[in-house]
Amino acid sequence: MSLRLQGPVIPDFGNTSGCKANETFCWDWFADHWDRFAAELVQHVYVSAIAIVIGLVIALPAALVAYRLPRFETPAVVFSTILYTIPVLGFFLLMIPVTGIGLFTIEIALVGYTLLLLFRNTLTGLRSVPPEVRAAALGMGLTPGQILVRITFPLALPAVMAGLRVVTVTTISLATLAAYIAPYGLGQSILFYIGNTFISGLISAGVLAILLALVADALIVGLTRLVTPWARARRGGA
Amino acid sequence: MTDPATQEGPVGASHRGEALAIEFRHVTKRYPGQDAPAIDDLSLTVPPGETCCLVGPSGGGKTTAMKLVNRLIEPTSGDILIGGRSVLTYDVTTLRRDIGYVIQQVGLFPHMTIGANIGTIPRLLGWDKERIAERTGRLLDLVRLDRSYAKRYPAQLSGGQQQRIGLARALAADPPVMLMDEPFGALDPITRAEIQDEFLSLENEIRKTVIFVTHDIDEAIKMGDKIAVLRPGGRLAQYGSADELLGDPVDDFVADFVGADRGLKRLSLRSVGELADPGREAPPGAPSVSAGTSLRVGLSVLLAANAEVLEVTKEGRPAGAVTLAEIREAAGS
Ligand SMILES: Nc1ncnc2c1ncn2[C@@H]1O[C@H](COP(=O)(O)OP(=O)(O)OP(=O)(O)O)[C@@H](O)[C@H]1O
Ligand SMILES: [Mg+2]
Repeated sequence: MSLRLQGPVIPDFGNTSGCKANETFCWDWFADHWDRFAAELVQHVYVSAIAIVIGLVIALPAALVAYRLPRFETPAVVFSTILYTIPVLGFFLLMIPVTGIGLFTIEIALVGYTLLLLFRNTLTGLRSVPPEVRAAALGMGLTPGQILVRITFPLALPAVMAGLRVVTVTTISLATLAAYIAPYGLGQSILFYIGNTFISGLISAGVLAILLALVADALIVGLTRLVTPWARARRGGA
Repeated sequence: MTDPATQEGPVGASHRGEALAIEFRHVTKRYPGQDAPAIDDLSLTVPPGETCCLVGPSGGGKTTAMKLVNRLIEPTSGDILIGGRSVLTYDVTTLRRDIGYVIQQVGLFPHMTIGANIGTIPRLLGWDKERIAERTGRLLDLVRLDRSYAKRYPAQLSGGQQQRIGLARALAADPPVMLMDEPFGALDPITRAEIQDEFLSLENEIRKTVIFVTHDIDEAIKMGDKIAVLRPGGRLAQYGSADELLGDPVDDFVADFVGADRGLKRLSLRSVGELADPGREAPPGAPSVSAGTSLRVGLSVLLAANAEVLEVTKEGRPAGAVTLAEIREAAGS
């Protein structure tokens, strides 16, 4: 009770407290609230993952179509650029009357931001195959389908992975805004604690979001090395 | 003779492992939207196991002629036969897998190891793993690269090594026919000469019918059993052995193309031993060379010594003599 006299309330505190109201970060408080943060972290992961997977499912085939039919490229770029440039909060609010309040709206908005980068990177990757590599493959007797699967796709992979890396980090950070629409992810704690002068809550949620982005980034870098071992091969090294 | 790298014998299509003739029959190729044909009524036959060098000016239709064989380009009219059968009757994919294909830019698959690059066609043909590994090893031996290279990536090889792998990859399924489009054109002169020599000795072991495109007449003389000179517009100017082209060019175009020094080039083709009269004795003090020396070098020895007669020796013993007049005649100009 004495705390109230000294300063602002420490939110949701349990029975015991070694925390002071003006402390930057209080581990006890965090440990006490870990369940809540863990639940939000898990939500954050799947909200982001769903958006990224759907983004890939749309952008990869679209890039393949644009690779085969170049006249499809401009409309696809214009469309995904428009989605990309709408401010994310505006996008959320715009979608609510159409898709309601919920995960669906969140995913539509998040997917909208993944498309441009994934599409452009994939298309660049597909087009990066050296013409002589294609010519040799064709002349040796690979069918167009085999060239696509065995040559073009693997050679496009580094560009796709580079796009995926940026998109993943971006999506994780954009997903913190999803809580404005519906109660999902670490954004909930951020919104909840943002006005409070006891800042451990805000720091916990913020740092967890950053850590999540860093871990996801590291995983994708590792995955990239795994699937494109040749990309690092240089003369003299292996 | 079969390829020593496949001692287990011919594989896949029934004719793998044996050489086949390639015959152009009145082939014309006109690209859409172009008035002049790129290939104009081309007829020529490359006998089984021989190398035909296609030479001619840039834009003369060499690449076009070559690509007609594996149907990367379809003829406007006429036909091309391999082993007596029209290429138009084959399934394109099957046809191409039976034809080794080497291009100047090599076109190795950068994301595959050297082993996987060489094994590409065998894998598509359904060979089992051990057989592919065995074959890859032998091909690396054949192109004189250590077998450990199988695990490397193309980016880790020099240009010359890459082109050797390009060759090995083309030879992988032991095709009866090889198409090579300026295969050594991008290499420095030293590496190029080295690979040329290796390909020549490799050709002695593996009997393939080869169409070899080059715009370097010296390379054609070195590599070709026969040389086909194309003139602009894709018409065949002359087809024959290097000696025929150099000694008896049909017109000014061919004479120009083979070069003003064609007499000297012709002399490089033959050795003093071939020309020497074994019964004749060289006068005392005559310069002396061994029988294997080219006539061209013999001539320069004569000129340097200001002599008329050249003594020819075999294993250090006199084996006849050649006169300046005979060499002049052999130069044929
Ligand atoms: N795909 C194509 N479409 C239209 N015209 C073509 C095509 N390929 C080649 N040509 C034309 O056909 C002619 C012969 O070309 P080709 O490539 O066969 O010549 P080349 O003898 O191989 O020349 P180079 O020594 O420069 O390689 C040229 O005039 C060229 O412009
Ligand atoms: Mg050419």
